[in-house]
Amino acid sequence: MSETYYDPKDLKNFKNISDWSEPLGKRFFEYYTKVFEEGALSAREKSLIALAVSHVVKCPYCIDAYTKDGMQRGITEEEMMEAVHAGAAIESGATLVHAVQMMNKHKKLSH
Amino acid sequence: MKPLSLHRSKHLFSDPKKQLEFLSKGAFETGELPPFEKMLDRHKYQLRTSELEILQVNLGYMCNQTCAHCHVDAGPDRKEIMQSETIDQVLIALDRLKPKTLDLTGGAPEMNPEFKRLVQGARKTGVQDIIVRSNLTILESNTNFKTYPDFFKEQQIHVVSSLPHYTLKTTDRQRGEGVFSKSILALKRLNELGYGIDKELKLDLVYNPSGAFLPADQKALEADFKKKLLEGFGVQFNELFCITNLPISRFLDYLISSENYEDYMQALVEAFNPATLDGLMCRNTLSVGYDGRVYDCDFNQMLAMPITGPYRKLSDFLTAENYKNRSIRLHQHCYGCTAGAGSSCGGSIS
Repeated sequence: MSETYYDPKDLKNFKNISDWSEPLGKRFFEYYTKVFEEGALSAREKSLIALAVSHVVKCPYCIDAYTKDGMQRGITEEEMMEAVHAGAAIESGATLVHAVQMMNKHKKLSH
Repeated sequence: MKPLSLHRSKHLFSDPKKQLEFLSKGAFETGELPPFEKMLDRHKYQLRTSELEILQVNLGYMCNQTCAHCHVDAGPDRKEIMQSETIDQVLIALDRLKPKTLDLTGGAPEMNPEFKRLVQGARKTGVQDIIVRSNLTILESNTNFKTYPDFFKEQQIHVVSSLPHYTLKTTDRQRGEGVFSKSILALKRLNELGYGIDKELKLDLVYNPSGAFLPADQKALEADFKKKLLEGFGVQFNELFCITNLPISRFLDYLISSENYEDYMQALVEAFNPATLDGLMCRNTLSVGYDGRVYDCDFNQMLAMPITGPYRKLSDFLTAENYKNRSIRLHQHCYGCTAGAGSSCGGSIS
């Protein structure tokens, strides 16, 4: 069996990060739980944001988790894909906006 | 062409014993996951019947649909159907046992030729709530069944209908091509009659996940369903019941073939919620098979797990006292009813 850096089973052991630093781990998970509760944004909307960010930060654990979370909430395939595109658009925009810097530099160096 | 039932295709899991054997193996055999009975022992809980409130009657396994998740393995190729003599026994039992609710299920219960006689007879016994679990499409299937919504209204039947999603794609994937559009037509007609609008005409929908995952919060899903069905189709309903898919029959086969079985069972066990135990439907329901045999629930019926004690048939129950304080038959599929907010024929428990 081939080894990879990411093992899907590790997601189930996420809570174990508290073993080496119980106070920080505890606070992180409390914060994490609180963030995703119903608030000014619905839990459904937050799930879609989390799915988009999961793709942008390229976290395979998060993608698995929030795809499933979205399905549980009845979020449609179209909604999920649009959320990922929103993340991708920001990510590609963040790359492309640097082209202005390139153009500025080019202009400065051009004779 | 409609898919065949497991029964008709002579699938391994058409034999309930094979399903139970499978559910005893794997992580439950190695001790990685506790069998359901052991989980109850850990919580020092004994699951026993309380008072009989619901008589759930399966009128037959015949159905006009062959849904991918059906725990009954129902379909057009199933011929098992409740006969007149057994229907008579149900009417006698209603009079004798006085449950609050008669819950008619199938298959498509409307396909039993004596459906109307049973309902009319049941009304005379004074049972408070008569539920029909309608798949909706049967109400659009021919001129005869198109008259049934009027009959429902006349008899003040409480309609509980399956609709796994408010989109065509997801619903048709689970329940068959064309099901969503026909379901919407039937829902609109029920609305026109006052169902889901008038106080006396209850129309509830049943959501079950379209895949290997557990349902989310019932109230949040209900709000989404109400908004989308009203905005998209002008359809109204009362409540949404979320039901977890239990790992039996076609859904068990799907879990195994899609390599989701182990993760799904682990998810069910991890989501075990002792707060659901007091409200489990097996504690106040008696499930009656098409042949008059009795079970703790519809799932135990499909797994051919008879109740404990001396009684086997509905006609054996002479008084409601016979129902009380009986030990309930358990197996690993019971984790489906105790996961998260719990699951029953009336949706979430806690």
